[in-house]
Amino acid sequence: MTKPLLELKDVVLKVNRNTPEEITILNKLNLTINAGDFITVLGSNGAGKSTLFNAIGGDLSIDSGQILLNGKDIAHDSVEKRTRFLARVFQDPKLGTAPRMTVAENLLLAERRGQRRGLMPRGLNRHLDHYKELTATMHNGLDDRLTTATGNLSGGQRQALSFLMATLKRPEILLLDEHTAALDPRTGQDLMRLTNERVSQDKLTCLMITHHMEDALTYGNRLIVLHHGKVTFDVAGADKAALTTEKLYSFFAEIE
Amino acid sequence: MSLAVSAIGQGLLWAVLGVGLFLTFRILDFADMTVEGTFPLGAATAVAAISNGMNPLLATLLAFVIGALAGLITGLLYTKGHIPILLAGILVMTACYSVNLRIMGRANVSLLGKSTLFKNHLLAALPQYFDSVVLGTIVMVVITTIVIYFLQTELGQGFIATGDNQTMARSLGINTDNMKIMGLMVSNGLIAFGGALVAQNNGYADVNMGIGIIVIALASIIIGEVAFGDLTLNQRLVAVTLGSILYRFVLLLVLKLGFSANDLNLISAIILALCMMLPVFKNVLNFKHILKRGLDTND
Repeated sequence: MTKPLLELKDVVLKVNRNTPEEITILNKLNLTINAGDFITVLGSNGAGKSTLFNAIGGDLSIDSGQILLNGKDIAHDSVEKRTRFLARVFQDPKLGTAPRMTVAENLLLAERRGQRRGLMPRGLNRHLDHYKELTATMHNGLDDRLTTATGNLSGGQRQALSFLMATLKRPEILLLDEHTAALDPRTGQDLMRLTNERVSQDKLTCLMITHHMEDALTYGNRLIVLHHGKVTFDVAGADKAALTTEKLYSFFAEIE
Repeated sequence: MSLAVSAIGQGLLWAVLGVGLFLTFRILDFADMTVEGTFPLGAATAVAAISNGMNPLLATLLAFVIGALAGLITGLLYTKGHIPILLAGILVMTACYSVNLRIMGRANVSLLGKSTLFKNHLLAALPQYFDSVVLGTIVMVVITTIVIYFLQTELGQGFIATGDNQTMARSLGINTDNMKIMGLMVSNGLIAFGGALVAQNNGYADVNMGIGIIVIALASIIIGEVAFGDLTLNQRLVAVTLGSILYRFVLLLVLKLGFSANDLNLISAIILALCMMLPVFKNVLNFKHILKRGLDTND
């Protein structure tokens, strides 16, 4: 039996606390993520998908409830501390890479995610061969641009690099926040396919927000729907495989 | 000839400020006004310490430490107090004015008859103005080497990443607050160190010697970038020193044209404004190859 890796228990998260505009974004949300789960996350705008990621990542502090990693409450750990187990890819390609640093330098930064950085020389050269191989797996010319500043890359290349950076040092949990949404359909599908390959190969535990019903159905072993700050739908395995877009649409029509 | 030597010497001594400001202005990507206070703070510290019998080298290093403390305060106001960096810098700069008067006891203190770094036996034996050339070269080689080494370390790369993309840096576990505080401390330490050198070279410290410092330091950075164009980060650091020397030659030229020393701040500001507007002119006039990457606003 798979054991729970991350558990969210009765998580409440409000914004504009103690003002007339106070809104409850996550409303006693419960979610148990098992090791090896590849979960696609659906939900309309404002359902709390990105907020859920920010709560897990520590960018937003929760008002009540627990976030347990392997049974240990991490709800009060800083963003930096949580990067030891957590890697993220953002929707905006600009957010995931340092524009003035080269592709190789960006990868090197990601190599030490969540670890102490000291006064030892960075040792870029001894990693270059590995980075060449790694970027070649993206099949988008990134391997020829290792010494290019990432600000000069295309959006697709930048996002592929962000994804590589997130998975370079194996994260216990990978959060993908609509990471293909800003790309043109073809580039987006390429990255989606590569994402799926990498996640299954490395048996990563992954949550992926998407607005693409087809992607949500095609990829992953589990699908959840967020609505008004709660998980209102949660299917896995054979049940998920049997799911169709029609069934999902009718479910969405019901809850709206 | 001696004027040229003097310009090179001054350029080398003042280049410390350019390198110090480079860490915040170019790498962390914000303008730190604290430097207008830490430059005279360094001068006041060194002059007061020397007047009280401290060894000039120790007094100069003490200036670095005191400057770094002022940078620490700005850093804490900015990162933990959430005060915008421009205002945080202005607050510390303003406070420094009073602190400097306290340290010196009055507005101007002379080092007449006191020992300084320039009165070292070896330096004193050199022809006029060569003392600052020699000392300035040693200082700049040491500082530039240390900074270049630091930027190539794991920590230094995290520091660069913080200024380049804070969201990414945080998502990789880099403590961006600490990086900013560290940058402000080292930057202001270097500026105060520069203040200590300049005060010993001039033979006095004055409470008003900080006015326009940020413009002078920026001028070395920008002139270096305009003059040498497309460079790597390490080369750009070296270009700061050369920019600082070039800037001294420009000032020399301006004085030769008949302007007085009182006009220098006005002229420095005009030179810097023109240099910083070059990318706009470039678009308007469609210059090619005159200006390079270093001046682009997104750089």
